[in-house]
Amino acid sequence: MEQAAQTEELRPPITDVGLIGWVKTRLFNGVFNSILTLVTLFFLWKVVPPVFRWAFIDSAWYTSGQACRQAAGACWSIISNNYRFMLFGFYPYDQQWRPLAAMLILFGLLVYSRNRDHWKKPLAYGWISGLFFMGLLMKGGILGLKPVESTQWGGLPLTLLLAVFGLTAAYPLGVILALGRRSKMQGVKVLCVLYIELIRGVPLISLLFMSAIIFPLFLPEGVTFNKILRAQVAIILFTAAYIAEVVRGGLQAMSRGQYEAAESLGLSYTLTMRLVILPQALKIVIPPTVSILISAFKDTSLVVIIALFDLLKTTQSVLSNPEWMGFSKEAYVFVAILYFLGCFSMSNYSRKLERELSKGN
Amino acid sequence: MGNFKDNATPERVPFWLDPKKRAILFQFITFCMLGLLAYYLVSNVLINLQKQKIATGFGFLRKEASFEIGESLISYSAASTYGRALLVGVLNTIKVAFIGVVITILLGTIIGVARLSTNWLVSKLATLYVEVMQDIPVLLQLFFWYAIFYETLPSPQQALNPGAGIYMSNRGVAFTIPEAHPAYKYMLLTFLVGCLIVYVIRRWARKRQERTGQLFPTFRVGIAILFGLPFITWLAFGTPLKMDAPKLVGFNFEGGVMVSPEFIALLMGLILYTAAFVAEVVRAGIQSVSKGQREAAMSIGLRPTFVLNLVILPQALRVIVPPLTSQMLNLTKNSSLAVAIGYPDFVSVANTTMNQTGQSIEGVALIMAVYLFFSLSTSAFMNWYNKRVALVER
Repeated sequence: MEQAAQTEELRPPITDVGLIGWVKTRLFNGVFNSILTLVTLFFLWKVVPPVFRWAFIDSAWYTSGQACRQAAGACWSIISNNYRFMLFGFYPYDQQWRPLAAMLILFGLLVYSRNRDHWKKPLAYGWISGLFFMGLLMKGGILGLKPVESTQWGGLPLTLLLAVFGLTAAYPLGVILALGRRSKMQGVKVLCVLYIELIRGVPLISLLFMSAIIFPLFLPEGVTFNKILRAQVAIILFTAAYIAEVVRGGLQAMSRGQYEAAESLGLSYTLTMRLVILPQALKIVIPPTVSILISAFKDTSLVVIIALFDLLKTTQSVLSNPEWMGFSKEAYVFVAILYFLGCFSMSNYSRKLERELSKGN
Repeated sequence: MGNFKDNATPERVPFWLDPKKRAILFQFITFCMLGLLAYYLVSNVLINLQKQKIATGFGFLRKEASFEIGESLISYSAASTYGRALLVGVLNTIKVAFIGVVITILLGTIIGVARLSTNWLVSKLATLYVEVMQDIPVLLQLFFWYAIFYETLPSPQQALNPGAGIYMSNRGVAFTIPEAHPAYKYMLLTFLVGCLIVYVIRRWARKRQERTGQLFPTFRVGIAILFGLPFITWLAFGTPLKMDAPKLVGFNFEGGVMVSPEFIALLMGLILYTAAFVAEVVRAGIQSVSKGQREAAMSIGLRPTFVLNLVILPQALRVIVPPLTSQMLNLTKNSSLAVAIGYPDFVSVANTTMNQTGQSIEGVALIMAVYLFFSLSTSAFMNWYNKRVALVER
């Protein structure tokens, strides 16, 4: 008995538990891993402190461009002095609360939509009226709001506008294309396959060139569309092809039994799709759809090339100002952080959704 | 009896309730509408082009381009034709895409494996890399690397010299290369011959193994042949050692090889961005092979290299290859962003051509055709490869 009591009191050696144990099993298990850890630590020691010094200790935050050039570190003043222009572009200075309000509505809707319990009809109406209201805020002209031409829109609101409207319009188009690709009508199928493969085979930039340079040629004389709308159409057409492929994956994952059951109930094609197939197929493909949303959001930055003043272009025009020339790193890091926050929260959400959906099944 | 007759000849169905006829009608209407739309657009285009006095067709390709291109793999001057300028652009695109793809696969594999490492520090760093790089637009990354080059690096006079024979300045990176000597041509030749020999040896070794069960150290012998033959050639030519080092002449370097900042920025941006996606693909592929496979292979006494080569890799590659292909295509398509930082890739040259000649429809059509060709040929190659890999399955 005495012996048993003694053995019970014995605790695992201190080198196997707690911090030391953790370090031993996670960082120094074996010769190779130990060397790897040491090399990595050396690398971090060489990189992290200088970057930290550059960004936080030697940096200038609220100075003029001239004073910034004396500082040894980063010049964050370029952002504190120009953030209004970077975020809102040429939107009239005293009216900039309007794009801000529009963005807040958008963020509010996004945050509210995070919870799947809220995914009901009222939410759809909320989104439609929200988008409409956002457009109204941006454009103005009624309710005593000063009208603002869309040529003056720019910065972050433009980026978000291109991404959000791009995806809302591309989604139904993509679903139609996916259904067309799986259609029994050979003619329709060939058309859809051609469209999807053609668009997926070319870079977005060629479509943007098309919208900027060629599209005006397609219209009769005197009819013009504004540049933002044309770029928007190019992004919609591009994104739709990718959504079509994702949705096709969902449609293929449906078992034949589902189609047969719907048919044996006497449902027509439209009703089969609307009530049986699409609700299930679209649910499966929510995670990949979110990743398309993410890449659509990133791809909006390409409109820089056709000289639309999105977030990246406004940043570049700040950089072409002689006072702030040469502080590209700081400005681009700021823009990168904004994009990162947007994309990271979306991909995080998609992961959460994936977990929830797999639990549900 | 009348009922009987009715059943034998079913009542006539109106054509809009007969799915077959309805489908034909529906497709007919679709094509008619598309045709009308196309007719309307084309007629508008023709009218507009006539008004702007722009000739249609690809005749402009034979005209003199009269613009310079910064870097070119073939001889080119402003007196060359537009056709040749565009060819230079295509070759530049292929150059950046090829180098990019090779390095991306290497880097992506390393990061993907690092994410699965048992080393906490390494796996967390790899995860951080993947998260950050995936979530920043590639165009912004290109701008960032380009800015690092022209803002942070000094002028050629004060060029950084990180290693012997390498000079980094805001004009690009200058490397020392061996001075031209006929030996190098023959070394390349013997290397290619070596590849052929190794291929033959591999086939023979496999046949012999199937027949007798004897193993042949193909890998070690192959390495020896691949590197040994060129080395012997090099010795036979009297070990040429003369180097062509870059020297500062006036405001820039002469001699050696000069790599432009645009090219390096484009390559870095594309590689670092795509490697994050490749890492995810590789990780998913490795994780798709269940633990039992490795344990089973080890329990029947296979050596660790065989476990990897015969059991793990064939299964993992089947999962990895299709998404990897699409990432490689993405890299090629993203290389078109070169136009934003001024590397003369195909889109950039085509853009200049469009601006000079006004032949925008032909220009965009050419851009689309070239990238479609890249995509279709890559996917054709990968389909062939997929089929080969899939055949391993019983």
